[in-house]
Amino acid sequence: MTHTLDNFSLERRRLLKTGLNAGLLAGAASILPTWALGADKGNLGLPALTGTNFDLTVSKFPVRINGRTGHAVGVNGTVPAPLIRFREGDDITLNVKNTLDVDTSIHWHGLLVPFEMDGVPGVTFTGIKPRQTFQYKFSVPQNGTYWYHSHSGLQEQSGHYGPIIIDPKGVDPVKYDREYVLVLGDWTFTDPHRIFAKLKKNAESLNFNQSTVGNPMGLGGMWGAMRMSPNDLADVTGETYTYVINGHSTADNFNMVFNPGERVRLRIINAAAMTLFNVRMPGLPMIVVQADGLNVRPIETDEFQMGVAETYDVIVEPTEAKAFAFVAESIDRSGQVVATLGHRPGMRAEAPKMRAVPMLTMKDMGMDHAAMGHDMGDMASMKKDDAGDMPMDHSKMGHDMGGIDHAAMGHGAMAHGSMSHGPNPNGPSVQIPKIEADIEVGPGVANVAAVPTARLDEPGIGLENVNHRVLTYSQLRSLDPNPDTRAPEREVVVHLTSNMERYMWSFDGVKFSEVTESIKFYEGERVRLTLVNNTMMPHPIHLHGMFFDVVNGGGNHMPRKHTIITKPGEKLSVDVTAEHVGDWAFHCHLIYHMHAGMMQVVSVLPASKPRMSDGGMDHSKMDHSKMDHSQMNHDAMGGTK
Amino acid sequence: MRALILLKTSLVALLALSASFTPALADDNDTPPWSMADEYWGEDAMKAARDKVQHKHGNLKNYMIMGDRLEWQDTGGDGTFLWDAQGWYGGDIDKLYIKTEGEYAFDDSEFEDAEVQALWSRAVSPFWDVQAGLRYDLEPKGRTHAVLGVQGLAPYWFEVDAAAFLSTDGDLSARAETEYDLRFTQRLTLQPRAELNFSAQDIPELQIGAGLSSFDAGLRLRYEIRREFAPYVGLEWQKSLGDTADLVRADGGDPDDVLAVIGIRAWF
Repeated sequence: MTHTLDNFSLERRRLLKTGLNAGLLAGAASILPTWALGADKGNLGLPALTGTNFDLTVSKFPVRINGRTGHAVGVNGTVPAPLIRFREGDDITLNVKNTLDVDTSIHWHGLLVPFEMDGVPGVTFTGIKPRQTFQYKFSVPQNGTYWYHSHSGLQEQSGHYGPIIIDPKGVDPVKYDREYVLVLGDWTFTDPHRIFAKLKKNAESLNFNQSTVGNPMGLGGMWGAMRMSPNDLADVTGETYTYVINGHSTADNFNMVFNPGERVRLRIINAAAMTLFNVRMPGLPMIVVQADGLNVRPIETDEFQMGVAETYDVIVEPTEAKAFAFVAESIDRSGQVVATLGHRPGMRAEAPKMRAVPMLTMKDMGMDHAAMGHDMGDMASMKKDDAGDMPMDHSKMGHDMGGIDHAAMGHGAMAHGSMSHGPNPNGPSVQIPKIEADIEVGPGVANVAAVPTARLDEPGIGLENVNHRVLTYSQLRSLDPNPDTRAPEREVVVHLTSNMERYMWSFDGVKFSEVTESIKFYEGERVRLTLVNNTMMPHPIHLHGMFFDVVNGGGNHMPRKHTIITKPGEKLSVDVTAEHVGDWAFHCHLIYHMHAGMMQVVSVLPASKPRMSDGGMDHSKMDHSKMDHSQMNHDAMGGTK
Repeated sequence: MRALILLKTSLVALLALSASFTPALADDNDTPPWSMADEYWGEDAMKAARDKVQHKHGNLKNYMIMGDRLEWQDTGGDGTFLWDAQGWYGGDIDKLYIKTEGEYAFDDSEFEDAEVQALWSRAVSPFWDVQAGLRYDLEPKGRTHAVLGVQGLAPYWFEVDAAAFLSTDGDLSARAETEYDLRFTQRLTLQPRAELNFSAQDIPELQIGAGLSSFDAGLRLRYEIRREFAPYVGLEWQKSLGDTADLVRADGGDPDDVLAVIGIRAWF
């Protein structure tokens, strides 16, 4: 059953009207905006509000979640913050008033705003001081589902996040009869600073799925020898968090309504602080139509893993008059939140049983099957075809893994010159200049992945063996042809590094507090950014101000993302067009990883400025982490002044 | 004697090393790491904001106080109270550690042992810290020792704390402790623990003979009501060895004793 455009517009208008009335009736009972309320409280789909002026007030206020009262830091008194919806290309003004005792900020996640409007204290502006009102003004050349959040302290964990919808200037290629926005969160009644302090004191203390006598994988063998845990899927778990959708726990039941046969668009935003979610709707296939705000070729799937800060728009077409569950399960399966899509307001779908908790494998350590010798019988489930991805000389790596000499297995022993990249269908056939720091094991770096592998074709930790379809990054194709199809001129390699035991997180072994020089891109250039994950956790990596063209074999339809999950032991590449001059934050979107130091700045320098020649310097031989910058003649490098 | 010289040399070398490790200040560099927003919001305001954001992302100090063993031991009569606690303050690499342990005998209403250590601790590898500082004995007598040790996590999850002590009287001794957490469930944990004490020379007034002087082994079963708070019960086997055993025996003590213990492990 399909509607003509006119028909469903009419119907939407009708629904809106009833929605508004019901909203007024329920208004006294709840302080949430209508779009975040259940259908039983009058939310029958999103209102098509557009505006150009928004007044936002940041404050501390009480909230009621899962039947318990807590304290939030947020915008206009609600968690999530108000939906900001406007039209592509419009000039937008947002007045943000800070009524807190501390600084605040708002970052417009994924929006290509001028950098001084990007909202990162210390990088793009000074932050919004107490009792100050800061005016953001911008227009953006894009449409889709995005979100906004604080970039100050740990406010995001306390509820300072909300959705953005930018309606396209022209006709939306995505057709739907009804839409909802689902903002996923990991709410806590604990002070976020206490959570961080606990992680620093005892990094495993919030994990209640540790190895035991009955489940001893992490105690002995390679895991015990290396003091790594195969159970470390999430630093902060369901013990601490109440997982929420639009501020509703499973018990609060965020319920949506549909008429059988309708195309329902779900705009899903992972606004959690620390939680990757597995999203599925049992019995209802989802057609993914958008990822990170940009349209993708529709692809039908049954489940996908969603990194913090990623967004996915899906279309579902339920024909049966029944209540479907929308399930967001935390990656470590310590908890989940269930919402309902039913044919009547107020329905409650049955929550599925929690699935078995997955464990990490040696591959997540960046140790390839082929290189592991013969003592890895328990790793039989690992895919063997990855051995072909990395044309490295395994004979140089030493097959005696019993000794576990990481220093010898690290990059030092692998001579960068002899390492070629994995085969890349889009990339140039000649080696391009590369900047890569030498990573050494030390207090902040517990592991250097010996054999990082290509994992874009994998669904994510714990979803390898489910008996239905799971989306992978390698399946995504941009709906529109890529605006820039040039081959990259230069490669910048960034290593994701950590020591879980000390709860230290960094890029290239250098914490943000220790950074003395930003990563330099040059206006107009096409850069290949390669991420190598030497840690045991997946990291949603976000670069402000530009999109990642994910090098996934998509030709000139590579998916373009603002945030990409880098799996444990993975090496992946994205191509970036450095268009927007400015200093842009670059960080892991897991808030406590960022807080611990997993952050950098990418400076896109104007083309008019002189540029450091890469030909003259062999960066691959340079150890950037140990460079004494105070001794360097920065004038000779140009650019920064 | 050679060990003694080695220890002294190591201590001096370590202190020299510490001086050379003084972290570079981020702002002693004329060129800021990035600065393009300066022209919009002002150089000084941006510098302050930049210093703050960098400091907050990786340079915050933390602290921890851990009472590993706070227990009553069934040593006969009213028994003995034992404490073994430590705390630290600092960043990821450099920390100040305070450690204290001792015993109070209720029957005699007096401390049998009591010591406190103040140590500078430096992370030198993923799992190991080198620690150096001073130990002061409150009981018995008032000895002061120079301390050089290591603390960390050995392969297969063994917590290790080992240190050498050089007293102002010139006596050299050493202590090595290891603990292991064997989880039965997410909250019920059996903790085996072993402690070895060595002495380079006889110290008759402390009833210590040269060599391996004593060996303690314990088994404690704790239940973590919260991760930070766990009551436990256990057994402790205390054995004096060699000349030390003779000295203890001569003093009317038991060089080989098994005790029941009950206590609390807590941290914050």
